[in-house]
Amino acid sequence: MKMGLKINGEFKEFDVDPSTTLLDLLREAGYMSVRRACDTGTCGVCTVLMDGKPVLSCAILALSADGHEITTVEGLKDDEDFQRLLDLFLSEGVDQCGYCNPGFLITAYAMKRELKNPTDEEIKMYLVGNLCRCSGYVGQMRALKKYLGVEE
Amino acid sequence: MVLIDRYVRPKSLEEAYELLTSVKGARIIGGFTFMRLGTVNIPLLIDLQDLGLDFIREGEDFIEIGATVKLGDVERSEVIQKHFDGFLSKTVKYIWSVQLRNIATVGGTVFARFGFSDFITSLLVLNTKVKLYRNGEMLLEDFLESRVSRDILVSLKIEKEERKAKFRFMRNSFYDFSILNVAVSAKVENGRLGGFRIAIGARPGIAKLARKAMEYLEKNGLSPETISKASDLSAEEMEFGTDIRGDAEYRKMICPVLVRRALNDILSESSGGNRS
Ligand SMILES: Cc1cc2nc3c(=O)[nH]c(=O)nc-3n(C[C@H](O)[C@H](O)[C@H](O)COP(=O)(O)OP(=O)(O)OC[C@H]3O[C@@H](n4cnc5c(N)ncnc54)[C@H](O)[C@@H]3O)c2cc1C
Ligand code: FES
Ligand code: FES
Repeated sequence: MKMGLKINGEFKEFDVDPSTTLLDLLREAGYMSVRRACDTGTCGVCTVLMDGKPVLSCAILALSADGHEITTVEGLKDDEDFQRLLDLFLSEGVDQCGYCNPGFLITAYAMKRELKNPTDEEIKMYLVGNLCRCSGYVGQMRALKKYLGVEE
Repeated sequence: MVLIDRYVRPKSLEEAYELLTSVKGARIIGGFTFMRLGTVNIPLLIDLQDLGLDFIREGEDFIEIGATVKLGDVERSEVIQKHFDGFLSKTVKYIWSVQLRNIATVGGTVFARFGFSDFITSLLVLNTKVKLYRNGEMLLEDFLESRVSRDILVSLKIEKEERKAKFRFMRNSFYDFSILNVAVSAKVENGRLGGFRIAIGARPGIAKLARKAMEYLEKNGLSPETISKASDLSAEEMEFGTDIRGDAEYRKMICPVLVRRALNDILSESSGGNRS
């Protein structure tokens, strides 16, 4: 079936099988920052922004996204605020294998736009759906508190 | 894996219902978050997103929430936050992640009658009606016990009243579903509490009202002594089952504890005390 999506500001048309998920579509179209792990809506590595809100691309049918606007990490590479977040992840040594990073970054970017001066608890609750199997989330919290301007 | 043959976005509820009832095996799609976990072949998937059902409206007597409203929008809605001390906005946050709540819909959450649902248990202690395209309006508790299946949930209507409500659950970790969940509420009229409601969910069956315990409180009022008795009554009148998360005896034992804590929350707030 034919459908259209605005991805990172650019309108694109696709011809999809109705069973295709948004995650399948994005990866096949070359947006490799969008990852697959659990494929059940649990781990958050497939997070993208849909109409500005973080969503799980593995849990959305591609055709349901028809007509909506999608943003992936590729689309934020020239965004200064996003670049600052990336630099903080680097300088705070957050990365281990890095597989969870794009999902974390997109969710953190959305959190900054949704929550004003979040507490530690609110930051953790917002990120509850982003799992990292390598780290203990300490580096992420350090980087995020600097990014959100809520350091003690 | 879910295999879908055809997908449509009807332009009216009439069209959606006609498709649902004329194509064997046709299904309505909400956010797809739960549906996608199954293994099923769906000949026709009907998406309601173009029907203008993504509204949250405050009327004279009701708050109405359209079927395609996302759980995340329930959480963020100013209308919902200002009623019942933000009870619904707060409890919806226990449903997994921000990203999931930005996809899952009110219609998919309620119509599916998931036994583990935290949202349904919370809605049950507010006076909630479901509005169905074919079967019209009915009380949520009646809908949950009914066999209504081939229909479309259009909206929820929650009665506007001054009501205090509390939610409690037991989980092994935040990452799991509730082993048992409990919601209680009481109407505040001229400074007095009445119209008690107690709902027990994840038994693991679908949430139900604990009517005997509710009647008992109605007759005897809310005090530390009646709370204890009502909590025990609620466990006695419910059926509990065993599943991967917990067994029936365990559920029966923790039920009065959760009910007691939730009722204590209401009592301490209304008397300005700090019992817990
Ligand atoms: C990882 C994960 C964690 C979760 N954690 C929790 C939790 O902690 N607590 C909790 O309560 N829930 C939890 N859930 C369940 C979650 O709440 C459901 O997945 C969600 O509510 C389903 O909503 P949906 O809109 O995606 O429904 P869908 O999956 O699209 O649909 C569900 C069913 O409802 C039907 N349907 C949808 N809309 C309508 C309508 N308008 N009229 C008639 N029928 C309709 C569909 O045909 C389908 O049968 C979790 C789910 C996942 C995937
Ligand atoms: S791959 Fe989507 S949540 Fe894990
Ligand atoms: S760094 Fe490896 S999963 Fe997070």
